[in-house]
Amino acid sequence: MNISLSITKNIHDWLFEVMSAPFATVVENVLIAVAFLAFFALAGLLLVWMERRIAAFFQLRLGPNRVGPMGLFQTIADALKLVSKELTGPDKADKFLYNLAPYFVIVASLMALSVLPFSQEFHAFDINIGVFFLIAVSSIGVIGILLGGWSSNNKYSLIGAMRSGLQTISYELSVGLSILTIVVLAGSLQISEIIAAQQAGGWFIIQGHIPAMIAFMIFMIAGTAETNRAPFDLIEAESELGAGFHTEYSGMKFAYFFLAEFINMFIIAAIGVILFFGGWLSPFGITESIPLLGIFWFMLKVLGLIFLMMWFRWTFPRLRVDQLLTLEWKYLLPINLFNIVLMAVIVWLGLTINF
Amino acid sequence: MTTTTENNAFKSQEYFINMGPQHPATHGVLRLLLTIDGEIIKNIDPDLGYIHRSIEKMCERDSYQQIVHLTDRMDYLSAHINNEAVCLAVENALGLEVPERVKVIRTIIAELTRLASHQLWWGVMGMDVGALTTYFYGFRDREMINDIFEETCGARLTMNYNIPGGLMFDLHPNFVQRVKDFIAHFKTKLPEYDTLLTGNVIFQKRTQGVGILTKEDAISFGTTGPVARASGFSCDVRKHHPYSAYDRVQFNEALFTVGDTFTRYQVRIQEMWESMAIIEQLIDNIPDGEFKTPTNAVIKLPKGEFYQRVETARGELGVFIVSDGKKNPYRLKFRSPGFSNLSALKKMAVGSKLGDLVAIMATLDIVVPDIDR
Amino acid sequence: MSYFSDIYNGVKTLLTGMSVTGKYFINARKEIITQEFPNNRATLKMFDRFRGEVVMPHDENNEHRCTGCQKCELACPNGSIEIIWDRVIDEETGKKIKAIDKHIYHLSMCTMCGLCIEACPTDAIKWSQNFSNSSYDRTQLTKVLNKPGSKIAPGVKDKE
Repeated sequence: MNISLSITKNIHDWLFEVMSAPFATVVENVLIAVAFLAFFALAGLLLVWMERRIAAFFQLRLGPNRVGPMGLFQTIADALKLVSKELTGPDKADKFLYNLAPYFVIVASLMALSVLPFSQEFHAFDINIGVFFLIAVSSIGVIGILLGGWSSNNKYSLIGAMRSGLQTISYELSVGLSILTIVVLAGSLQISEIIAAQQAGGWFIIQGHIPAMIAFMIFMIAGTAETNRAPFDLIEAESELGAGFHTEYSGMKFAYFFLAEFINMFIIAAIGVILFFGGWLSPFGITESIPLLGIFWFMLKVLGLIFLMMWFRWTFPRLRVDQLLTLEWKYLLPINLFNIVLMAVIVWLGLTINF
Repeated sequence: MTTTTENNAFKSQEYFINMGPQHPATHGVLRLLLTIDGEIIKNIDPDLGYIHRSIEKMCERDSYQQIVHLTDRMDYLSAHINNEAVCLAVENALGLEVPERVKVIRTIIAELTRLASHQLWWGVMGMDVGALTTYFYGFRDREMINDIFEETCGARLTMNYNIPGGLMFDLHPNFVQRVKDFIAHFKTKLPEYDTLLTGNVIFQKRTQGVGILTKEDAISFGTTGPVARASGFSCDVRKHHPYSAYDRVQFNEALFTVGDTFTRYQVRIQEMWESMAIIEQLIDNIPDGEFKTPTNAVIKLPKGEFYQRVETARGELGVFIVSDGKKNPYRLKFRSPGFSNLSALKKMAVGSKLGDLVAIMATLDIVVPDIDR
Repeated sequence: MSYFSDIYNGVKTLLTGMSVTGKYFINARKEIITQEFPNNRATLKMFDRFRGEVVMPHDENNEHRCTGCQKCELACPNGSIEIIWDRVIDEETGKKIKAIDKHIYHLSMCTMCGLCIEACPTDAIKWSQNFSNSSYDRTQLTKVLNKPGSKIAPGVKDKE
């Protein structure tokens, strides 16, 4: 029962049957793009709802509960409101860059979304440098934040943007190195092969035991910093900077920043799941015969990691900007470098735990 | 501030930013003119007056009973203590002896007010350093105190329960039980405050060694309350000049020596424990008797100058009345704790980072209507 | 060595903090402290002493207890109370006595200090527990407390 395989394959075959090859390729790509845009919007809105609901439960509140069942449509109503709002901006803003910034942010997160595998063969873009591509693309987003903060002609925005620049540059390293630790274990940069390696020998968090766990912890810390969420939300630190880099944005432009933040969180959680928790693999291979259920397992694990990040956010105070850098350069980076060596030694000596 | 030559392009520049009057961290309409070099604060210039309502002038117009309700609107988080200050000043000037029952009730409610104020401060302190959840935990416990106030005094914040000569009406029959329930509840919740925020490594790193105010500076700036006690300046009016029922209760003055943001935090946490101890000593033996001493409908103070000080949640509140023998004061001056504490802000925060300023402001526990009056 | 103990202690304190919030998350349904306000408006009960607004109770004969002594008007710090009064002939004694025409209460100026109710010698006015006083029209905040056609209850006298 290979539904997921057959759906994509059937559409593909049918398109190439009725049209000429170049035209069919274009149509196919457009279809995929539309599917991803729809997923982007829906997942973003759902995550906003989830965040608000979970935050409410941490804080002894109810959260959104009026629009739709359990307030599910609250974020859709909010999005509609934002769409209908007037786009205002400061007079002396650099208009071109000011309008460009939200697109940078949103395009970066969309591109990263395209390489995520939702299930076996249910994978839009499986290139051989998949993980590398993810790291490369996810760091484009910060350009949008820098541009937005700078072009707003607002000092608070500028401070936020500058903080974001140094934060992303620093934590990119840790994300990259902790991913590299796993790549050492997997022996490949291609996402489908990384997952295949886990199918053969167990999830990497078990297979790589101690160094993999250290790498996972560092990845979660650095990933939270990468997505600019508390306790690393220095760039929007509302008690210090008002709203940080997006202070001067309104309406849909603001919503782009807002949605991109949540999609970035989804992406970081997805990378974590792919690298450490076996992507769409089911625990102990219980549903291996039904690849479609891979989507379910993948989303379940991703939501679990997202919940962990939300838990961080609603518990911890915010770091100060110099402590942010101390944490990265004095703690995470040395540990990470040591960890890579440890992992290499373990792989070399064959000390991994294999089922 | 434009760069004209090429060499200037890489020089660091100082720039101004306006923190407030509409800023989440200034807790009201306080405006700080900051000179900043990158993230480091070079100068702070507080700009006051955005919520000035000329309460002192209005007091000159009103009779002594009417003055009391205006003091609710100064430091609204210690409304009862402000009321008490004016009432004590008037009673002392008249030479009026209030019943024992009144003294004890006033003390209990004052300590409950202090607890409520510190609970709100704790929530906001957490929020200012970025932990948003503390806000709701602080408000959960404060809600119980507000309910006690609402049942007995009729209002949650601006209670106006005191009148010169005593209290407006007697305690509600449920009062004692509710206070006991609250103390039992809060004794389990206050340790939770510690595990959630005090012990947190990020919070400690954010606050320890930041915004240090030495004892000499604390005295010379005239700071009082938790801000001064964190620097080792023993200034608790309840200890040094006891009023109401404070002379018959045992409690420790929360005194620390370091004077940084973290000790200011610790002083308030310890004060919550002390307040609970004071309430526990008094709640079981509230003496019977009248709840007010009758006064004339028109109170006329003798000619002269009268001063009364009390310890609010923020520090020492002084009430200075100049009377010319009429039914309203000739001049009335409030010495508000927030104003003096704010004056030390520049000393504490210059040289630290923007994020530190927010934490320092949070431990000053500023209530802007108290500063501006 | 302190480098590693720092890391250990740091992680430990962070985890204890997370356990506090985590505990509340698990028990979220039981511990919710907020109220869904407009939905529970009908069942929401205020405390007896709650100061909502000043009202003048009338009995079944449309009689109130206000003698028009104006003590509340004097006691009010904000000028929220205005009394328009007249002299009428008392039916029993035939003397001219004070009687209110309108007891006007400006809710928009009231600070709920309670001094008027303390001052009233005949308990003619009292607090209502009505808590939602907001209005779209400020003229609705100026209220006449005595009902039209009401008169003073017999036997209520000013203390001379």
